[in-house]
Amino acid sequence: MRPTTEDDLAALIRSANGPLRVQGGGTRSAGGEGELLETGGLSGIVLYEPAALTLVVRAGTPLAEVEAALAAEGQRLPFEPGLMGGLMGRNGASTIGGVVATNASGPRRVQAGACRDSLIGVRFVDGRGTVIKNGGRVMKNVTGYDLVKLLAGSHGTLGVLTELSFKLQPIPPATATLILPGLTPARAVAAMSAALGSPFDVTGAAHLPGTGTLIRLEGLAASVAYRVDRLLVALAPYGQAVVERDAAALWQAVRDAAPFHGREGDVWRISVRPSDGAEVAARLGGEVVMDWGGGLIWALYPAGMDARAQLAGIPGHATRIRGTSPGIPALPPEPAPVAALTAALRAQFDPRGILNAGP
Amino acid sequence: MQMPAPDARTLGRKAAIVARLREVLPADAVIDDPVELRAYECDALAAYRCPPLAAILPRSTAEVAAALKVCHAEGVKVVPRGAGTSLAGGAMPSEDSVILGIARMTRVLEVDYADRIIRVEAGRTNLSVTGAIESDGFFYAPDPSSQLACAIAGNIAMNSGGAHCLKYGVTTNNLLGVTLVTMAGEVLEIGGAHLDAPGLDLLGVICGSEGQLGVVTEATLRILAKPEGARPVLIGFDSSEVAGACVAEIIRAGVLPVAIEFMDRPCIRATEDFAHAGYPDCEALLIIEVEGSPAEIDEQLALIRTIAERHSPVEFRESRSEEESKRIWLGRKSAFGAMGQINDYMCLDGTIPVSALPQVLRRIGELSAEYGLEVANVFHAGDGNMHPLILYHANTPGQLELCEKLGAEILTLCVEVGGCLTGEHGVGIEKRDLMTVQFTPADLEAQMRVKDVFDPAWLLNPAKVFPLAASAGRRGN
Repeated sequence: MRPTTEDDLAALIRSANGPLRVQGGGTRSAGGEGELLETGGLSGIVLYEPAALTLVVRAGTPLAEVEAALAAEGQRLPFEPGLMGGLMGRNGASTIGGVVATNASGPRRVQAGACRDSLIGVRFVDGRGTVIKNGGRVMKNVTGYDLVKLLAGSHGTLGVLTELSFKLQPIPPATATLILPGLTPARAVAAMSAALGSPFDVTGAAHLPGTGTLIRLEGLAASVAYRVDRLLVALAPYGQAVVERDAAALWQAVRDAAPFHGREGDVWRISVRPSDGAEVAARLGGEVVMDWGGGLIWALYPAGMDARAQLAGIPGHATRIRGTSPGIPALPPEPAPVAALTAALRAQFDPRGILNAGP
Repeated sequence: MQMPAPDARTLGRKAAIVARLREVLPADAVIDDPVELRAYECDALAAYRCPPLAAILPRSTAEVAAALKVCHAEGVKVVPRGAGTSLAGGAMPSEDSVILGIARMTRVLEVDYADRIIRVEAGRTNLSVTGAIESDGFFYAPDPSSQLACAIAGNIAMNSGGAHCLKYGVTTNNLLGVTLVTMAGEVLEIGGAHLDAPGLDLLGVICGSEGQLGVVTEATLRILAKPEGARPVLIGFDSSEVAGACVAEIIRAGVLPVAIEFMDRPCIRATEDFAHAGYPDCEALLIIEVEGSPAEIDEQLALIRTIAERHSPVEFRESRSEEESKRIWLGRKSAFGAMGQINDYMCLDGTIPVSALPQVLRRIGELSAEYGLEVANVFHAGDGNMHPLILYHANTPGQLELCEKLGAEILTLCVEVGGCLTGEHGVGIEKRDLMTVQFTPADLEAQMRVKDVFDPAWLLNPAKVFPLAASAGRRGN
């Protein structure tokens, strides 16, 4: 099924008599059961006001199309969403709806916030087939409950997204990346904490095996140059950093967990407080990519093994992004009272339990 | 302001309810003396008052949970209260409700600069969060103008903003975790020091839910390193349209000021009379603040000057000293006080797309003339968050009603041009009945279903946010 209007989508959901598997480009979804419901027919930019840094776009629009339209005006999505096709071994064009459904947020999350922070409005069709809107197209809005946040990262379980509003960011004229080679994960996290705790407005702090520890600065040219100098001094205890003017490919590798593309094994995505990042890396033993100053860890782990079991006592959560294993759930189990709230919310928005009801 | 009729059964059981609360709380944490209760009869929307059944002031999450269990068992409504600074009536009690004040819970529980977080009890005031960390070079970014008095709990309930949120975001963008006590008295940990949610973003919907989903007793907040310096510039224009166009161009150019504040002529005149900040005599002025090292500030201000000069400003005043910076901010910061000297006023905070600014300002001028009530505009221009102040005389019969009617027209206008009813103050009781202007019945139903999940009996702050008619079936009266 591939509806081309919101009304058609609502009618399809109302008349559905079995589970539906909602899919944009199919590059991120965990799979699951049911009839395929594609959102690609709900495509196109509805409104773009560069002077107001505002974009309203239909959910099935390819991410590449959105990014190209913004780049033509010197703007971008602030949260640097990654592409998961390479990691998941899938072809297909990632959609902006898929980005929102998974709250996909890249290295700039540490400074500009996650996808959910840039998302200012949604329209969606819930599991009853009702069209609902929340938020709007203005940056400051506290009118009613913030269902925008609730829908971001809900993996299509509360409703099918049809239209999304974002606040945007101008692409700054200058950028520079400091690369510190050869740090252990513990020293890398310490260096990243020092950089992120400085007044120099770091927009990325990551650790890429084989390359080094990366610290990114963006802004007006003279300002970036000044902050590079200051950070070189502040980070001197961690070694002599190399300054790279064009490190876009490295940040893309961090964003997309590129070192694990095409490799054997399961891939886990682990979210912890940054200072626990090194401990997570040590306990898992294998190869890790650290982002968000150590707060986000991508780990390649032997197929079928439970990485989560290694992390007992460390607050946070681990999700298996790639791989399957009977008996080891992909999504982190929630404490019983939180799980009860989640189940009750899903029952309110999708009482028949037909939307992405799979694992 | 219409409020639901109080529940006679609850009123009749007051003594028994207070006695049960005293069983689970220390003696000084339960207030039922009518004179003492007057302190809780309103918040900063002082036009509306009602003494509560009782007020409780717990000192710990465990006490909050114990008290809520009692209220839940008794079927008594509970109105959570931070510092009582809501401009929307978010903490206004009803006669049959218990005020749950969190003001005694003010401790700092953890500071971690490596992880850039602070965990506090939610009764702590906004400014004292920064106070606890500023000697180490850090700050908490959201800065509502009531920040000296307002509590983090209230900031979370209303998703408060402030002048500097253009760069740093509002409360929801700086909140990482909460301890939430549900109406049933269950204690939940949502989020933490890590950056994202494992499942549904419950934290996202709790923030801004106006105390209707649970009582937040502790919060983990993101903190930031203080910038090396900040400097404001004042730019005067001879028309609001031109000032608006200048704002749009600055934003497009890729400069990211921390604040862009706008004042129109009535506001400039009133603040000049009151604070003598030395503002130019003009139709509109902008105060733009940028941050960084001195050289970075120079670089940004040079770009802003280039853009501003294309719009023929009547004045471009760059601060050259701490003293001048203070004078530039003086008038803006005393704007509300200045208005209060002249008149009573009602402050709205609808948000509009910045492109609609000239049109909306023109229309507000026309409406002001039609109603015969002066409206002064002072607002956060970078994000379109207006703050029209409607001046009226509370002692003249009919003026409050007239003022509210004009307010409703202005907020309706904000929605019509693609904006919203409230950008940072919240809905409370004040804008409750305008919600149908912005939302369809299905939109409101979806929001109320969330409350059904967290508080099935609708006992927490029940007569707020949603139009009374829309929530009647759920509230049970």
